[in-house]
Amino acid sequence: MLAHLGARALAGALVVAGVVTLTFLLVHAAPGDPVERLLGPTATAGQLAAQRRALGLDRSLPAQYAIWVGRFARGDWGRSIATGRPVRALLGDAVPPTVLLVASSLALSYLIGLAVGAWQAGADPRVDTALSVVTVTLFALPGYWLGLMLVMAFTYAAHWLPAFGATGIAADALSGWSRLADRLRHLALPLTTLTLIGIGGAARFARGAMRDVRSQPFVTTAEAKGLTSFQVTRRHVARNALIPLVTLLGLSLPALFSGAVFVEAVFAWPGVGRRLVEAVQARDYPVVMAATVVTAVLVVAGNLLADVAVAWIDPRIRRGPRAS
Amino acid sequence: MDRPADPPGTAGIVTRLLRDRRAGFGATVLMIVTLAAAAAPLVSGGNPAEQHDIVATRFLPPLATDHAGAFHPLGTDRFGRDLWTRLVYGARVSLTVGGLAVLLSVAIGVLVGGVAGYRSGPVSTLLLAVTDFALAVPRVVLLLLLAALTQPSAALVIIVLGLTGWMSVARLVHGEVRSLAARPFVEGAVALGLARGRVLIRHILPNALTPVIVSAALGLGNAIMLEAGLSFLGLGVQPPTPSWGNMIASGRDTLVNAPWVAAAPGVALVLVVVACTLLGDAVQDSLDPTRRMQTAR
Repeated sequence: MLAHLGARALAGALVVAGVVTLTFLLVHAAPGDPVERLLGPTATAGQLAAQRRALGLDRSLPAQYAIWVGRFARGDWGRSIATGRPVRALLGDAVPPTVLLVASSLALSYLIGLAVGAWQAGADPRVDTALSVVTVTLFALPGYWLGLMLVMAFTYAAHWLPAFGATGIAADALSGWSRLADRLRHLALPLTTLTLIGIGGAARFARGAMRDVRSQPFVTTAEAKGLTSFQVTRRHVARNALIPLVTLLGLSLPALFSGAVFVEAVFAWPGVGRRLVEAVQARDYPVVMAATVVTAVLVVAGNLLADVAVAWIDPRIRRGPRAS
Repeated sequence: MDRPADPPGTAGIVTRLLRDRRAGFGATVLMIVTLAAAAAPLVSGGNPAEQHDIVATRFLPPLATDHAGAFHPLGTDRFGRDLWTRLVYGARVSLTVGGLAVLLSVAIGVLVGGVAGYRSGPVSTLLLAVTDFALAVPRVVLLLLLAALTQPSAALVIIVLGLTGWMSVARLVHGEVRSLAARPFVEGAVALGLARGRVLIRHILPNALTPVIVSAALGLGNAIMLEAGLSFLGLGVQPPTPSWGNMIASGRDTLVNAPWVAAAPGVALVLVVVACTLLGDAVQDSLDPTRRMQTAR
């Protein structure tokens, strides 16, 4: 099991290394001279050359790459061109809100999606069809549009929930329960948006996985020996369907982060996705590069957690590498 | 369980598809949207940028008739432009961008998957590693990175969506080619002395392409959604060219007094993506004999 997870961790590290390299190459292949942009149109040739030397941009590409990777690994991520703040602090502040939003949405959408999928797999065909229409619609909703519609209903029409930000203006003056309530009220709409979309995907996967397991001979055996349908579902179907589901949970992380980018942008949620969108719109390259790498690291870490979970659930992996 | 087996071969697949209500719904929606987009000048006001007296015609609600007697089935936006006309012309952009992007990603995916499946050794390993790598990177992050580096335009969106969407096709084709390469008819072709490339192109790939249709249908919905997303953020198709994404963005500031401006393109987007997903699901089930009995309804 350790060897298996070690191999997965190595693969994850390679993905991060690949993203770092790709980001570097793409930013350097981009049209336009960053030094000219930095110094503006009035800079002389001498000033440009001096700035280029100061930034190390006069060196060869491999040398620049080595220097950038070295600095990045040491935690020196440069400064944001747009705001002047250190990139690491900028993104460091943004990681907890993103992890909070994505993790809670993942947990909620999988719990609800699993329940819906399990219900569908054993339900009357009409109920199944009706639920399928609901889940496929949820699956097709663009996060930013659903977000706007929810804002329209819950903020403008009903005046129940705040439309943007992670805290209210007076958050610092609040304490204890009212502070927590303020946080939760701000989390409500972005979390609902991301979760509703997630339920669509999770329920579709869960329904498919449950149906695949249900058609296996051991389910017929379990039914034949007289177990109740609840026992069959819980002990035999759900446990076996869990393996592909947890694997898919890991694989769906990139899509979830992609969705979070739009939802964060719409709700001005102070996470990595919103920072990335703002940086892209401002052409703030140091932030764009670092945010890309941070997202890749978060996705790889999430995938590793899913691998650990699969290894823990699946005895074939848990008991040794031979039996897979 | 005791139902008679469906007729084998392609005829069976088509029969099953025709019996499948999901396929019917998906194909109908896509056909209507395509026809409306193609005949945009005929079914709408004809000019998505047409403005009259702004003060008198802006933010007209759906089903309104303005002072000049023009009927606006979906109302007007802040510049008094007819939303239905913009929606229909936006469909042109969405379908073209989505369709071309999917064509590009299918081409790349078939090439990578075909070569990786038919060749063994380092080439195959490398191609599969690249595929897995690309699958692990969040697509939107890659899209944003590329959008940051260049001037936004429809052509760029097509290329970027194509370059970031080929991985699932490559995976599918790879699996199909691997299993087909071991079949007797391929052995026969090789024994006849055909070149490897010719065996791959003439004998293996045509047989591996059916599951690609599923991937292409799902990919079309995804590409249309992502194009709208990029345009929503101002990084895709630029105004005044209407795209469903930038139409939603333009309705964002007027959610309170003119909610229909953002609502209409969103509903169109959801309909098209649902249609693509249902069509893809139906094709998949019609191809997969183990699921056929359970899900084709």
